[in-house]
Amino acid sequence: MLLRSRFGKVFAVAVVALLTMGAATPAVRYNDLGHKMMCVCGCNQILIECNHLGCPDSERMLGELRAAVSGGSSDDAILTTFQDKYGPTVLAAPMLTKFNVVAWIVPPAVLLLGIAGTVVLVRRWRQRAAAVAPALPAADFPAMRERIRRETEL
Amino acid sequence: MPTFGSFALLLALALAAYNLLAGAVALRQLATGARGRVSPERLAETARRAGIGSFFATTAAAFALVWAAFNNDFSVAYILHHSNRALPGPYKFAALWSGQEGSLLLWAWLLAIYGFVLRLRHKVDVKLTAYASTILAGIQVFFLLLLNFAAMPFSLVSGQVPQDGFGLNPLLQYPEMVIHPPMLYLGYVGFAVPFAFALGALMMRYPGEKWIHITRRWTMVTWLFLTCGIFLGAHWAYSVLGWGGYWGWDPVENASLMPWLTGTAFLHSVMMQEKRGMMKSWNVWLIFSTFLLAIFGTLLTRSGLVSSVHAFAQSSIGTWFWTFLVIVLAVCLFTFILQRDHLKAENRIESLVSRESSFLFNNLVLLAACFTVLWGTLFPVLSEYIQGNKVTVSAPFYNRVAVPIGLFLLFLTGIGPLLAWRSSSFRSIRKNFVLPCVAGLVTAIVVIVCGVHPWEIFTTGDQGSFYSFFAFTLAAIVTTAISSEFLRGAGVISRHTGQGILASMVQLTRRNTRRYGGYIVHFGVVVIFIGIAGSAFNQSKEEELGFKQSLNIGPYRVECQSYSQDSNLNYDTEYALLDVYRGNKKITQLAPEKRFYTASQQPSTIVANHSTLAWDLYVIYAGKNPDTGQPIIKVFLNPLVAWIWIGVGVVVFGTGVALVPNMTAALAASRNRATALAATPEAVAARGGD
Repeated sequence: MLLRSRFGKVFAVAVVALLTMGAATPAVRYNDLGHKMMCVCGCNQILIECNHLGCPDSERMLGELRAAVSGGSSDDAILTTFQDKYGPTVLAAPMLTKFNVVAWIVPPAVLLLGIAGTVVLVRRWRQRAAAVAPALPAADFPAMRERIRRETEL
Repeated sequence: MPTFGSFALLLALALAAYNLLAGAVALRQLATGARGRVSPERLAETARRAGIGSFFATTAAAFALVWAAFNNDFSVAYILHHSNRALPGPYKFAALWSGQEGSLLLWAWLLAIYGFVLRLRHKVDVKLTAYASTILAGIQVFFLLLLNFAAMPFSLVSGQVPQDGFGLNPLLQYPEMVIHPPMLYLGYVGFAVPFAFALGALMMRYPGEKWIHITRRWTMVTWLFLTCGIFLGAHWAYSVLGWGGYWGWDPVENASLMPWLTGTAFLHSVMMQEKRGMMKSWNVWLIFSTFLLAIFGTLLTRSGLVSSVHAFAQSSIGTWFWTFLVIVLAVCLFTFILQRDHLKAENRIESLVSRESSFLFNNLVLLAACFTVLWGTLFPVLSEYIQGNKVTVSAPFYNRVAVPIGLFLLFLTGIGPLLAWRSSSFRSIRKNFVLPCVAGLVTAIVVIVCGVHPWEIFTTGDQGSFYSFFAFTLAAIVTTAISSEFLRGAGVISRHTGQGILASMVQLTRRNTRRYGGYIVHFGVVVIFIGIAGSAFNQSKEEELGFKQSLNIGPYRVECQSYSQDSNLNYDTEYALLDVYRGNKKITQLAPEKRFYTASQQPSTIVANHSTLAWDLYVIYAGKNPDTGQPIIKVFLNPLVAWIWIGVGVVVFGTGVALVPNMTAALAASRNRATALAATPEAVAARGGD
């Protein structure tokens, strides 16, 4: 019990230390959030990377972002504010809300289903192969040699 | 010349249509045994010759457009909008593919070239080539219909002809623009050839895997073109767009990546069909999908279906492409359903831990990557349809979803070659995997000691360190696995022949160029991954720099020596001369520019880059402070970028090696030729009738 409580305390301290270690500075947050939004001028560039001459929007938006970060708002609050002001296309990737969750779930789900399906298929093939005796008449020896040559060529 | 060009296009269409119709009738007669007034063999031959004729006609049309560009014929609307008098010669040539109509003409022309080569080499297999030629003619007809009736490159300007053109988009005035689009198009268009062979082989129930042998080199060369095209595009974006990156997950970039992924899957799984008669349906669908995705990519570029930075190519010809896509898919589906019993596998996978299995998983992951890219590209359209509002799916999405899939693929690249065909025993796995695993472990420790902390993803949310940690570790595993494969084989040769290990490696590679060329390609991919992993540690700074003022970034100090402006017929320019110091030693001078092109009235960035193996010092002239008149300089320090371009070089080299015939096969072929020659009556007579 004593061991478990000590272990629990150490674990809790470790988790807190891990979670607070290297907490993001305003400059890091500004850079990070700037990469999570798009410039709305129609250039289709990430906000902080928008570099075309005379852009009517990026300077203003970056100023708003700088003010929001130094004002102490949370990342989610800043993203929501920008989304409300400029529309959902301002976010460089959809947030985990409503239908947008589908965007994030489908690709890994497809991969996992594919892997699972392949494993099941290969197992079934293996069982079927084991059920059939691989007897080869002596007359088929040249065919066997040809097969070995073909299968070991590459 | 515009009249000549229009006539040439019309003639090309007529000849391609004849090739399609006469070819189809001849093949039908051959299949059913029916006889017409002309024998099917002769009819097929006329169709083949018409196909060759369509190549000459399309070439004439392409020549007419280039000629119009070089002669400043602004009566042609296309030339008026994409060229001007002051445009340098190479870019006038590049005008051929700098706009909608011209790039479609390039498509048609490259297709005609591929068709020409295929039809000339028809003796490889007359009947199969006749099928492939007819299918290719069908694709040619589509593009020539487009060029004759929807996107006409020789349309004339109405009213008075202007004295000068509007010029070429400044972003396209860069040397790589002269080769990037043709390379990419050679890749896109080239997949039409294996597609045509696969569909033809299925239609005629072609026995065996000979069609794969015939198309293997086509597919590899095509894949190589597409690879070069994609990376030339990345290098162009890096050098011209001036945002410090090389890949922005733009829908048009994605469009080029998708057929590359399925094409790569095809190149791998086709080996299973060659060796073990497996995955026949899978392979047929992989090559069908690759071609369909190449068409879909062209549709994406032109239809305006999704918004893209490549907006210069949008138009209303999307309906044509949708129709063509549906027709091709329907033909593929119909043929497959009709002939699917012909695609029964001769063997099945016998173990989950085998080379076949690793190929299967490799295919699965490549297709998952392709699906992810497709899904991300089309999700905004889906969202608009379902939610009523568009969303953006850009780099953050792909970094989170596609990058892990890429790393999984890298992992499979490493373990695949270590597994045996059919089944691997636990002993062989242990023997083959120990060294790569040790290398991976050592690298992981070194990388952590060097300051890459993967656990930061849980603290600061920094995905970069997490992904780069795994990329470096996996790179070590794969490199060790590939090296040990080379060393093991070379060691055996060395023991038998007494040669040095390096000479043995060369001999080993020459004995099985395909296998060891493939390993070299894998090594190139590893090098590319290392380069990409470096992007996790990019730094940037932006400052106003007056005379003798400097900024520090990484180990470099960038000092402004002067700033000025200049102009010529083509553009006005502002630039800064910056001395770069490392410590107190001056290592180079950089001159970033901002140009303003007179004809098109558009600005463009000319990046100055000092590239080393460790990092790129990438400098942009961001503009001028209107109050002080001093330049604003943006500097990026991008680690390991050079590795990406080196990796591409290795991939090109490896593919080149894989394309060379094996030494043993070449010897056998020359022996056969000598035997055949020796058996000719002339040779017998010359030897005195022995």
